[in-house]
Order: sequence, then structure tokens, then C-alpha cells
Amino acid sequence: MSDTSPPGSSRRDLLARIGLAAGGAAMYQAMTALGVSAASTYTGPIRLDGDPKGASVLILGAGVAGMVAAMELRKAGYRVQVLEYREKAGGRVWTLRGGDRYTELGGATQEIRFDEGLYFNPGPWRIPYNHQGILDYAHRLNVPLEPFIQVNHNAMVHGTRAFGSRPKRYREIMSDYHGGIAELLAKSTQQGKLNGMVTKEDGEILIESLRSFGALDRDLNYAKNVVTSDRRGFDKDPGGGLNARPVPSEPMSLKDVLSSRGWSYLASGALYEFQMTMFQPVGGMDMIAQAMAHECGDMIQYSRKVVGIQQDERGVTVAFEETGRPGQVQQARADYCLATIPLSILSQLEMNVSSPMAAAIQAVPYAASVKVGLQMKRRFWEQDEHIYAGISYTDLPIRMIQYPAYGYGSRGKGVLLGAYAFGPYAYEFTALSPEERVRRAVDWGAQIHPQYRDEFDNGASVGWHRVPWALGCNGMWTDATRAEHYDNLCALDNRILLAGEHASYIPAWQEGAVLSALDAVSRLHRRVVST
Amino acid sequence: MNRLVLSMAAVALLVLPALAQQPQAQQGPAAAGAPASAQQRSESAAADSHGFVSATRFGQRDGASLYAATCAGCHMPDGRGAAGAGRYPALAGNEKLETAAYPTSIVLNGLRGMPGFATQMDDAQVAAVVNYVRTNLGNRYAADPATTEDVKALRR
Repeated sequence: MSDTSPPGSSRRDLLARIGLAAGGAAMYQAMTALGVSAASTYTGPIRLDGDPKGASVLILGAGVAGMVAAMELRKAGYRVQVLEYREKAGGRVWTLRGGDRYTELGGATQEIRFDEGLYFNPGPWRIPYNHQGILDYAHRLNVPLEPFIQVNHNAMVHGTRAFGSRPKRYREIMSDYHGGIAELLAKSTQQGKLNGMVTKEDGEILIESLRSFGALDRDLNYAKNVVTSDRRGFDKDPGGGLNARPVPSEPMSLKDVLSSRGWSYLASGALYEFQMTMFQPVGGMDMIAQAMAHECGDMIQYSRKVVGIQQDERGVTVAFEETGRPGQVQQARADYCLATIPLSILSQLEMNVSSPMAAAIQAVPYAASVKVGLQMKRRFWEQDEHIYAGISYTDLPIRMIQYPAYGYGSRGKGVLLGAYAFGPYAYEFTALSPEERVRRAVDWGAQIHPQYRDEFDNGASVGWHRVPWALGCNGMWTDATRAEHYDNLCALDNRILLAGEHASYIPAWQEGAVLSALDAVSRLHRRVVST
Repeated sequence: MNRLVLSMAAVALLVLPALAQQPQAQQGPAAAGAPASAQQRSESAAADSHGFVSATRFGQRDGASLYAATCAGCHMPDGRGAAGAGRYPALAGNEKLETAAYPTSIVLNGLRGMPGFATQMDDAQVAAVVNYVRTNLGNRYAADPATTEDVKALRR
């Protein structure tokens, strides 16, 4: 987009405007929504029938894609070896707990000091019900799941220039937005302003539906009464015994709700990939990856940094170095190679693939994203504000606060997600030191929860461009780059093929990694049994 | 009804200036009162120069602030780059910066895993950060600085 081009000239402009209205997370959601259907095409466990006749596969990367491929290929009779850069499996599926150490690119090291049982997921943190592939692996590996709360009507919606920067409750914004537009539309219909657009009969049904949708009274007003308070909440809740009569609350005007832009956060929970029910593994997102790693066992060799991939007529040779022994290049060899290394890294490796695949590997930039985890001395969001899990939204650079969907009612400490940003805010956060990111997240979050000032205990932060094994959050495709490169990226290139979220239409989700791995090993297997 | 429609028209007018996104420096950590290390102070000084003003555009105008807020995330504050499973090349003492068009094109359009900044910086910002990198971090390429016209011409 050049400075002089008219607005609305491209999908990127649309995304930029969505981002302006609703922030980076919404923009990212819209990117996935515009680019793709987030529906999983998973149809149950794959069957790789036929004898691979002792063929071997070298898998690069023990993230979700690599481990799914390893488990399925081993089951089908292949000899499988996995090389992993880190000292543990999971890749971007990663949970930080007390006692962990994390050194980011640039050398800054964080000692995580969360209390026992508390955690922070810098990467994936929620699983949609429609991501049936990753859910099936969790079930098959006996990983306990619990609900992840995406929408919490009692969480906050905050705008720095709305309502004197005082946060409102999600239920207040939603009820008053729905009530306000329902009143406007119902009265327009009643006054015949939609004549020609709806029939008289449909108009009557429309008015009836708007009364239900918006909690309108007999005169089609969205007014202060117990019916609207049953949506937005009461000034004094209904009680028991004497003095139990509820006191209704005063709705905000539609004008104020519109200009607050709080409505921009309401669509999030309606998106297919954020609809309830969502799930999280009990104990942290990496529980699924750790179960996969346990299943893979000694197929995985850790602390191996791949430095080159060369194929010939009979197989593939991968050059790697062990951590702590830089410059001492070793080699591994197999009949085939499945590389699940992020393209941000793969694009830097020497490898002899066809020029279309090489061009595809070079064509995908990796997103900036930042998350901050904050341990608080007490669960004030539950104790003071009756917020049990879910997400508060803000136009501050932290963009959201997420409350833990476990440990409800605990008297102990709690770990919040104190920031989750994409776009410029994510770059700006990433460029700060880990401590400074935490300090700012605390400072900004205190505008929504003043309790932060007294209750903040310690924190951790991850800017994904500084994660040594990822160099970015996820591959960012556009319609144009997909049209030119996607099929070339996924195609079997003699003896090399790729998998990972970047080789899917579900970018940045574990489901994309699962489905791309299953598709890759299925195609590889067809090739092997047919030769 | 009419009153409501009129108020909505007023809202539409009010919304426009809000998009200009005022700097929030007064809400930043400078007000937190916590003792800050020298590194934190220098980071704050750089990043708070119109930093964190918009979810879609960078607010910094001068090259040093833009570098600190964007490039430094990967290429590091001293420009020496970094290495993990992959690496970020050093910008310090980098001979590829001799011609302004090369870094200008990369800042605009990205390269491999690096995203472009074309939608997040205007022509003057791109020129400023390119010229900063070419004349700092041990680089001495003061001749033929990038101009806004050069940047505009390299936009795709």
C-alpha cells in the first residue's frame, strides 16, 4: 500500500482497517478468516496400509508436526529418526513454569518464578472444538483436557478514550450495543422505513425478533428495567429475604457505545475458531506435546542443529551439529526426509530442492507476536471482580488480559496472560528487554485492574522473533503468495517434503501442523509403497 | 429517532480524530516511579519517542527511534544480529548497506522470513530508518541517502 493509493484498494487495507478498529489480535483473526476456513478436515486416525519394506525417514523438528509424522510412520513400519534443535520437544507448543530458564536471542535470560502448578503458554493456549486432529491425539494419548473460556460476559472491555478510560463489563457493552441497534432497527421498521426491503409480515416478525434480541420493551425502547438488567447486570442484584428487590441499572446510550468502539471485541467469540467450547490441556498446553514426546521415545535426538540437507538418487543426508560442539558437523542419512523446521530457519539452510520449492521456502515472512505472563499475589480478578477465566480487551498495547481457566477460588497466587499483541506493538515489545516488557505490561494493565500495583509478583515475556528455535510466530501467507507458492511448498520434492503450520491453511494453530503432517506422510507412503 | 440519528452523525465525526491515536507516553512506565537501570532508561527514551501509539502504524519519526522499536528486535540494539537454530544477520559493519536501495527494498518488502514494513511505515519513516542504519552501527555510508521519492519508487 503506497501512501497515495486510495483506501480500500486491497485486502491488506481491509485488514489494516480491521486492525485499527479492533487491534492486532482481531486483525490476525480476520487474516485467518479471510484466508481460510478454519474447519479441520480431520477424518479420524489415518491408515497407512502397505509394506514400506524397511524404508527410513529422517524427520527434522520435534514439534507437533514432526512428532505426529514420527508416530504414524513408525506405526506403518518405517524406520524413523527425529532431529530436534532444543533439549526438549514441542517446538512452539511451549509452557513456562517455575524453575524454567529461557534465554532469548540476544542473550537475555529469564528465570521463571511462578508458583508450583501455575504456568504461562507463550505459544498456543487454546484448542477449538473443531480442531479435531489435535483433540484426537490428546484423547488417544490420554491427555486430560478442561474448558478454555474464550468469552466471559463479566470480563472487561476497555478503551483509553472511552468512558473516561474506565473499563466496562463485556455484558454491558454487548447488551447495550445489541439493545441500541435493535431499538433503532425496530423503530425504523415500525415507521415503514424498510418498506420495499421487507414485507409487512416479515417486518412484524423482524420487530418481534428484535424485541427478543435487544430486550426491548412494549414501545420498542431499550430502557432501564429488570428485563434489560437481566442482560447487562443490575445495580443491585436480586437477593433473598428482606430488602431483596433488585435495582435495575441504567443502560449506556448507543452513541456512547458506538464511539467507545467496545463493540469491536464482540465478534471475536463468534468466529468459528473461537466459539465455545474451547479446550486446554490440564497443566499447560505442552502436555500434549510432552505426551507425544513420551510416545516417540528414543526416536527423537535432542540438541541437534540442522545445518544442511542434501538429497541424491538414493536418499537424503542431513548435516547437523550438537549443541555445545559448534563446527563439528555430523551426518544422518535416510531414504526420505520430512522437514518441519519453520521456514524462517529452513530458508537459511543449504538444501538441494527444486527451484519452485526453494522459491516457496523463501516466500513466507514470519509474524511478530508477544506474550507476557504475570504472576499476581492473589486472584483479585475472582475475589474482587468475579471474573472467572476469559479475556478482557483493551486498546492499550497489551491488547488483552486473560485470566487462568484453572485453580478457581484458590487462595494462592495466579498467573495472568498480561499482554498478547501482534503488529507494531509486538515489534515494539520484542525490541525491549524481557524485564521492560513485563514492567510495561504491569503498568498498562493497572489501568484496567488497579490491583496490579499491589499484587504484581513476577513475570515472564516472550517476543516470538527472539525465540531461538522459531525466529517468529507463524508463517504469514497472502492470497498472492499462496497462489504462487503453496502447492510447491507442500509437494514431494524427490525425497524431501515439508510439514508444519506453514504448510497448512490453518496458520499458527496446532491443527495446521497435525493436518499437514498427516497429509505429508500419507503422500510419502503412497510414493513408497508404489515404487 | 431523529435525535438518535443526529447523535450518530456526530459520532461519525468524532470517531475520525480518534483514529489519529494520541501518543500515550503519559501513561507509560515513565510514570511508574520504579527505579530503572541505565539500559531501561535508554530503552524507554528511545521507544517512548512516539512509541506504542497505534496497533497498525509506527509512530516514531527519527531513524534512531525507529531502529530501536523495530530492527533491534531481531538485529539487536547494537546491530550485531543473533544466532539460534537460524540467524539474524548483523547490520553493524554490513557492506550490503552501501547502496540505499537494497536496505530500502528489504524494509519495505521483507526478505525470506523477515516481514516488510510497507503498510506500517510511511516513506519518510522508511528513509529515516534506512539512513540511520547506513550511518550508524559502524556503517559510514553517508553518501546518497535514501529519499522519500526513492522509497515511494520501491513500493510494490
